[in-house]
Amino acid sequence: SSGINAEWPLRPGEHDGANVNPATLNTVTAATKLGGSVHAIVAGDSCVEAGNNTAKIPGIEKVFVAESPALKGQIAESVVQVLLDIQSKNNYTHILANGTVFGKNILPRMGAKLDVAPISDIIGVESDSTFVRTIYAGNAIQTVESSDPVKLITVRGTAFEASPADGGSAATENVSSDINNDKSEYIEAKLSKSDRPELASANIVISGGRGLKNGENFEMLYELADKMGAAVGASRAAVDAGYVPSDLQVGQTGKMVAPDLYIAVGISGAIQHLAGMKDSKTIVAINKDAEAPIFQVSDIGLVDDLFKAVPEMIAGIEQQ
Amino acid sequence: SSGINAEWPLRPGVKVRVRPDQLGVVTDGVKHSMNPFDENAVEEAVRMKQKKIVKEIIAVSCGPTQSQETIRTALAMGADRGIHVEVPKGTEADLQPLAVAKIFAKLIEKEQPDVVILGKQAIDDDANQTTQLLAGLVDWPQGTMASALEHSDGQLKITREIDGGLEDIKVKLPAIISADLRLNEPRYATLPNIMKAKKKKIEKLSPGDLGVDIAPRLTVKKVVDPPVRQAGDKVPDVATLLDKLKEKGHIKA
Repeated sequence: SSGINAEWPLRPGEHDGANVNPATLNTVTAATKLGGSVHAIVAGDSCVEAGNNTAKIPGIEKVFVAESPALKGQIAESVVQVLLDIQSKNNYTHILANGTVFGKNILPRMGAKLDVAPISDIIGVESDSTFVRTIYAGNAIQTVESSDPVKLITVRGTAFEASPADGGSAATENVSSDINNDKSEYIEAKLSKSDRPELASANIVISGGRGLKNGENFEMLYELADKMGAAVGASRAAVDAGYVPSDLQVGQTGKMVAPDLYIAVGISGAIQHLAGMKDSKTIVAINKDAEAPIFQVSDIGLVDDLFKAVPEMIAGIEQQ
Repeated sequence: SSGINAEWPLRPGVKVRVRPDQLGVVTDGVKHSMNPFDENAVEEAVRMKQKKIVKEIIAVSCGPTQSQETIRTALAMGADRGIHVEVPKGTEADLQPLAVAKIFAKLIEKEQPDVVILGKQAIDDDANQTTQLLAGLVDWPQGTMASALEHSDGQLKITREIDGGLEDIKVKLPAIISADLRLNEPRYATLPNIMKAKKKKIEKLSPGDLGVDIAPRLTVKKVVDPPVRQAGDKVPDVATLLDKLKEKGHIKA
């Protein structure tokens, strides 16, 4: 069986379609578990470099590069037309996309066109037609079997090892599909600019919750993160309250993360938040409420006032 | 007019228990409520009507008899009428997103809305698919994970929450939208409006009436509990915490 991995340059506009979204490396691992050859596609208005970088991922045999002004912003209505064109010519048995907003946005639309039931956010592959995923915010794990002739799958990156980013040498092939889309138009992205590691793939994540009380107080988390080489995340409560932008949200309806170390600061530990981080290798919790549910999942718990503890941590690390 | 999908999963915060037969989750006798994202969808429709962008709001729910309650809630929030596409009790877990999207596609043919707003994801199956599926079936533009909508001249400018931040797109009506949590603050239905809602009409249909085959495409083989994470120890102070992190190699010693 073969698969297409539909991916997305990491920071469109910022790197001009050059870098590969790290989640793609995890999706490639999932694709290789299916056996057969793996092809990839990169689409956008300027993505030749992204195509070249994708071709370096071992395990991929061919990369289609679809470049067109109509694909600006990877707008779903246009991307799906290109994917359908490629699918009609190649008849893949499995089509995979990252379990990112991008992947979730385009894959079901394609499913409708192919009359196929997509399978969202898999965490495991049991066979070429049987997959594992979570339901109820991760409170139950479901194994599903698809009898559709093409399987459309989005992949939860944290559940699969990242393949190496280098060492492969796939062939690249330019594609030009007829794209007719007068119904939607991409305007612009307002991306959070940061030199910190990307949240979904960082080794260390420091998250703040409602306990931080306001956006300015997040500064000390950013400072701690910089000392530790960490990314910064947040609970839904902190995002809803406007302390931080929405792309920091970790949880059932935000990002799924599984870093080596997750430090939850001023986060009570609601089930919906746990859904997004309970696969982290080590969980540290700092909260002044000893009964906070987060302490039921933390490996190391510190009952303390975060406004005292976090500056102490920063000072302690500085002294090294 | 605009249509909304109101879903009816278990109330957030309710403890989820895997069924002994390992084929699903216990739902009998457990409290259900409108899917939180659908509350945002209903609220947005009501605001669009208040701004005179739409003239009529139809609230739709697909499910067993009890899902009429979510339609009543939507009517109390300001929807004008409802459509309940009923499936037999006990089969609602088999109603998968592709089937729901096909039902909606038929309702679109029937009602000719200009905007269809659904919640971004159902908090039971966490699939986040129905909006995109529906948009693909009817070939309308889609605006998923919407956190802001602006209407002008037969078009909607949509701000979407994406992985790296926010993105603005423009779609021509008719369009399908999925509501994200920060799209708005849903209103509580007031008692007078709840009473008024009892007089609003709910049309009952079956998937067969619409000519839709709702047989599930994905077979659930097994549903099990997730691995349980054991709580570790508490440390007395930051210095001990830092020592432990050094031991694990997260901080350079």
